[in-house]
Amino acid sequence: MKKAAPIYWLLLLVACAFTLGTILQPRTASWSPRAEAGSLLKVMLGDGRSLFADYFARKADVSYHGGYYPSIFDRTKAPKDTRHMTAGEGEGEKGHDHEEAVGGSEGHEEHGQDDHHADAHEEAMSFLGPPKDIFDRFGRRFMITEHAHLEGGDAREILPWLKVAADLDPHRIETYTVASFWLRTRLGKTKEAEEFLRAGWKENPDSFEILSELGSVYYKNLKETARARNVWELALKKWDAQEPGKKEPDKLGRLQILDNLAMLEEAEGNHAKAIEYLKLAKEASPNPGAIQGHIDELSAKVK
Amino acid sequence: MNTIIALSGVVIKEMYRRKDFYVLFVLTALITLVLGAVNFFNDDRIVKYLKEVCLLLIWISSLVIAIGTAARQIPAERENRTIFPLLAKPVSRWQVILGKFFGCWLACGLCLVVFYVFFLLLSGTREHQWPVLQYLQTFGLHWSLLAIVVGLVLLGSVVLTAPSSNATISFIVVLGILFVGRHLNTVALQQPEPLSTIVYTIYFLIPHLEWFDVRDLVIYGQRLVGWGDCLLAMAYAGVYTALLLGVSWVAFRRKALNL
Repeated sequence: MKKAAPIYWLLLLVACAFTLGTILQPRTASWSPRAEAGSLLKVMLGDGRSLFADYFARKADVSYHGGYYPSIFDRTKAPKDTRHMTAGEGEGEKGHDHEEAVGGSEGHEEHGQDDHHADAHEEAMSFLGPPKDIFDRFGRRFMITEHAHLEGGDAREILPWLKVAADLDPHRIETYTVASFWLRTRLGKTKEAEEFLRAGWKENPDSFEILSELGSVYYKNLKETARARNVWELALKKWDAQEPGKKEPDKLGRLQILDNLAMLEEAEGNHAKAIEYLKLAKEASPNPGAIQGHIDELSAKVK
Repeated sequence: MNTIIALSGVVIKEMYRRKDFYVLFVLTALITLVLGAVNFFNDDRIVKYLKEVCLLLIWISSLVIAIGTAARQIPAERENRTIFPLLAKPVSRWQVILGKFFGCWLACGLCLVVFYVFFLLLSGTREHQWPVLQYLQTFGLHWSLLAIVVGLVLLGSVVLTAPSSNATISFIVVLGILFVGRHLNTVALQQPEPLSTIVYTIYFLIPHLEWFDVRDLVIYGQRLVGWGDCLLAMAYAGVYTALLLGVSWVAFRRKALNL
């Protein structure tokens, strides 16, 4: 029997490899979530992306504090989330008076709580303490030692880090809301804020936080009342569907949605509806007295 | 003095004949320019991230150049056996150490000038601000730090046998000091005795390279460092460099040069 030339054996092996490849390829797709990768980053980093996303979100926070930020050795004192990045900033626009009246503000905080949060944040950021020795004292002359926040247009400097954080971990909801807050309130980039939030909503369809912020974009910036109402109502539904069962429901999130809805209805002249929302807000508010005062005011108008 | 200058000249010539600097500079420029072209929310006034990335790349490149160049000087002379005619000139061993040091340090300085001019042009065109004094100060402190690093690596090249192990250990030491040096006192205070005293002693003994890293002040447009403090830090670097070179000379004097 004549021996086959090696080239034929090689061709046969190539054909076998190709055939096996076509059989195995669709199966391997279900072996690992990585196979569902939509982007190069997802393929390369897998679940490790969220770690990098946290790093970049922290970079945004460092930028927000102008480089003054605790190191890993002071980490116990570091801010635990990015809420302080929007807390107490206010919007300086129509609607803020109402928020004050009902005890809420853009920073998702009650006023008393806002002050408390600011104090706690200030305390957390005084991590340096007095110099421990002569080297420590001298070394501080070469580093940033004062706690400050970016103001006005300078806030744009946090955006690249937030964008990267969102690309790395699209399910990190804070990234979208914080970026949108600065885009619409300080940089006047309403369109970009809306697009970014919509991208976030696509990735996190059940997020009431993103919907709440999106409603703010429509109502406070684009003046589209009907869309804002729809979005906020949807946000409230999402909250009611997800949060009550949780150990620590985000009551402030609900309060903010109700506050916004009440503000919208009051501005539209639907005082009865506004009172309805305010009553719900009162149940969740740590400062119900202020809300009751506003309810009384509106009730008088209805009569 | 002429001998030292001649030896330094050889190192500088070697630096511009090699590809290390060109590759690192092109990489730094390329990465920075590509990042600069990225559109974030249609805002072309965002610049701090770019400054941060560019400065980080400059720092990495400068450390690679300094450590890479210094680590191969004496081992290469020994390996090629050129150390014997060199010492037979006659050139004393301390002149070899000083010549190699100044050569590496000046070569690093030349590279840094190119890097910082690029950084100045980049940030100036984006920010429309030209804080030349601050950049000069940053450059001066950075270059002073490289003096300590070159001294440390030269000592390593005398003590350790292979340039690769010297470069690796030097990188670990330098990065360790840069990242942890400032916090060793905090760590020491949390330790029981006698560990606390040992860690605190290390804290006082190590060269505090982190003082020379004023990137944050540049990135976030903060104040200038006081010129007095700057000079004091440079004097500190000078003392440490002299100490490291002195130890290198003592070690080199006793070292048998046969392979």
